[in-house]
Amino acid sequence: MADAKMADSALPGFTHQPLWKRNPSVLVFTGLLAVFTLVITVLSEGLGLGLVSTSFVKILGMTLCLCLAAIAMDLVWGYCGILSLGHFAFFGLGGYLIGMWLMYARTEDIVIASLAGAELPPTAQEIRDAIGTQIFGVVGGSEIPLVWSFAHSLPIQLALVVLVPGLLALVFGWLAFRSRVTGVYLSILTQAMTLALSLYLFQNDSGLRGNNGLSGLQNLPGLDDVPQSVVSVWFFIASAVALGLGYWLAAFLVSGKFGNIIRAIRDDETRIRFLGYDVEGYKLVVFTLTAIIAALAGALYYPQAGIINPAEIAPIASIYLAVWVAIGGRGRLYGAVIGAAVVSLLSSWFTGGQAPSVPLGFYTIDWVDWWQVLLGFGFVAVTLFAPNGLGGLVDRLVRKGDGR
Amino acid sequence: MSALLEVNGVSVSFDGFRAINDLSFEIGPAELRAIIGPNGAGKTTFMDIITGKTRPDTGSVMFGEPPTNLLKLPESRIAQAGIGRKFQRPTVFEQQTVSDNLMMALKAPRSPLAALTSRRTRSTEERIAALAAEVGLRDSLARRAGELSHGQKQWLEIGMLLAQDPKLLLVDEPAAGMTVSEREHTTDILKRAAETRAVIVVEHDMEFIRRLDCRVTVLHEGSVLAEGSLDHVTADQQVIDVYLGR
Repeated sequence: MADAKMADSALPGFTHQPLWKRNPSVLVFTGLLAVFTLVITVLSEGLGLGLVSTSFVKILGMTLCLCLAAIAMDLVWGYCGILSLGHFAFFGLGGYLIGMWLMYARTEDIVIASLAGAELPPTAQEIRDAIGTQIFGVVGGSEIPLVWSFAHSLPIQLALVVLVPGLLALVFGWLAFRSRVTGVYLSILTQAMTLALSLYLFQNDSGLRGNNGLSGLQNLPGLDDVPQSVVSVWFFIASAVALGLGYWLAAFLVSGKFGNIIRAIRDDETRIRFLGYDVEGYKLVVFTLTAIIAALAGALYYPQAGIINPAEIAPIASIYLAVWVAIGGRGRLYGAVIGAAVVSLLSSWFTGGQAPSVPLGFYTIDWVDWWQVLLGFGFVAVTLFAPNGLGGLVDRLVRKGDGR
Repeated sequence: MSALLEVNGVSVSFDGFRAINDLSFEIGPAELRAIIGPNGAGKTTFMDIITGKTRPDTGSVMFGEPPTNLLKLPESRIAQAGIGRKFQRPTVFEQQTVSDNLMMALKAPRSPLAALTSRRTRSTEERIAALAAEVGLRDSLARRAGELSHGQKQWLEIGMLLAQDPKLLLVDEPAAGMTVSEREHTTDILKRAAETRAVIVVEHDMEFIRRLDCRVTVLHEGSVLAEGSLDHVTADQQVIDVYLGR
C-alpha cells in the first residue's frame, strides 16, 4: 500500500491532465482578457457609457490583433527556435485579402446606388466597369485584375485569408527547411521574402493599387447605417475572442508532446533528429500554422486600421514583431502578449504626438523622433537586466506568491 | 547467424583527407562490440556514416532483416529503423525534465500529428519510470535535465537510447568523465542491453573495455587493423605499434 502511494507521488503527471491544469496560464489569461473586454465594452462610446473614445477602442482592438501575431511569433521563434523575420508579411497578406472584399463589396454598393437613378437598369458589365474605374482609377486602370476574381464573395475571400498565406509559408518553408537553412541565414531569407512581397505590391500593375494600397476598410459593406462607434466595439470584441482562441490553441500546441519536441528542436536540432524525429516536418507545421495565425490577426487588424499599403509589410515590421516578443520574454505565451501590448501601445502614445516634449534648453527632445532611440535602449536594458523579458518578471512574482 | 549491420568497402574523404578507407565491418543481432583506435582513426566518422550524418563516397551499409540500404535514408528514418546513438558529449535536453526527455525518446509514432494527439497514459509513465530505474534516475524524474551531474546526464542519454528500443545502439565514449562506481554501473547497463540487441561502444579507456569483456575492433587510419578479444588485439604487433606502444 505504502509502496503504491510512493510510486504515485514519484510519477509526476501520471495521468493525462486537461490543458488548464497543465498550463494554468490559459485560465488566468482568458479571465483577464474577458474582464478587460467587458470593461472596455461597457465604457465604450458605441455600446456603453461613452468614457472610452471610438478611436481608442480601435487602438485597443488593433493592439489585441498585434498580440495575436506576437503569439504566432513566440511559437515559431520562442518555442521552435526559427527566427522568422518575415511573419508580418503573412499578417499583411491577411489584411490585403480581407481588404479586397471590403473594398469591392462596398464600391459595388456605391456604384449600384449611384446607377439606380438611370433610366435603364444597369447591366452587370456596366456595374463591373464602374467598380473597376472606381477602385483602379487611382493607378490609371479600370480593368479588374485577375487576383480580384473572388473579391465579390466574402466566404471565398475569407478562405483565401487562410489559404494564400498558408500556401506561401508552406512552399517557402519547404524550400528553406529542406535545404537545412537555419539560424541567421533563415532570418535573412525571411527578410528577403517580406521585402520582395512589399516591393512587388508597390508596383502599380501588381493589381493591388500599388503604394495607395487598399483604403476605406473600416466601412463594412451593407452596414452603412451602423455608426463606427458600434463597429469598432464589434471588431474589438472579435479581436479579443480571436486572441483568446489563439492563446488556447498555442497553449495546446506547447503543453503536450508536440511542445516538448519543438522546444527540443530549438535547443538541439541534431539530437532530436537522431531520436527519429523529422525536424523539417515539424518546422514546416509550426511555420505554416503560425503564418495562418498571423494572417487571421491581420485580417482583423486592417478593418480597424482602415487602410493597408505595402509599407505595412516592410522588413522593419517583422523585426518589430521579434522585438516585442524579445521584450515580452520568449518561450512564454503571456510574455509575447505583454511585450506586444506594452510596446505597441507605448509606440502609438509616443509617436501619436501626445507625449510631452522634453526641453533641454539647447535641444528639445521630441518623442516622435526619439521614440525609436528609447525603444532601442529599452531593448538593450531588457536584454541585459531581464533576459527572460517582462514575462520573466511575471514569473518571478507568481513564484513569490506561491511561497516557493 | 546473419549480420544485423553490414558495412562494406566504405570510404569517405574530407578535402582530400581519407577519414574512412575501404572499411568493412559486421555485427550480429545480440552482440557487444568495442571499437578502439587512436585519435583520428575514424571512429566518430564511422558512427556518422551509420547514422546518416555523413554520406560516404563509396561502399554500402546494410541494416536489418530484410537488409535495407541505410545510405538512402535521412537521419530521422535511420533512427526509426532502429539505430540509436549516444554522442561523445552528453546531449540531453537540459531545459526539460528527465521524464520529458525519456518520453520524447520512447518508441512511438514520430509524426507531428501523432505528437499532437498523443496523451500521457499510465502505461507511458510506467515505462518511463522503469527506464529511469534501469539507469538509476528513478528519483530524478521531475528534475530538469540541466541540473543533473555529468554522469547522470550520460545515463539519461543511455536511458533515452534504451527508450527508443533500437536494434543497434551506438555509444560514443560512455565512460568519459565518470567516477569509478559510475563506470561500473555503466558497464552493467551496456552488458544488459547487449543481451537483446547489438551494442557498439567506442571508448579510449582500456580498463572500461576490459570490463565489458567483448570482441574488440581496432581502427587505424580509417580501416580495420585487427579484430578479436582484447587480449588478442593487445598482443598484435601492428596494434602495439600504432596505438598501444606509445
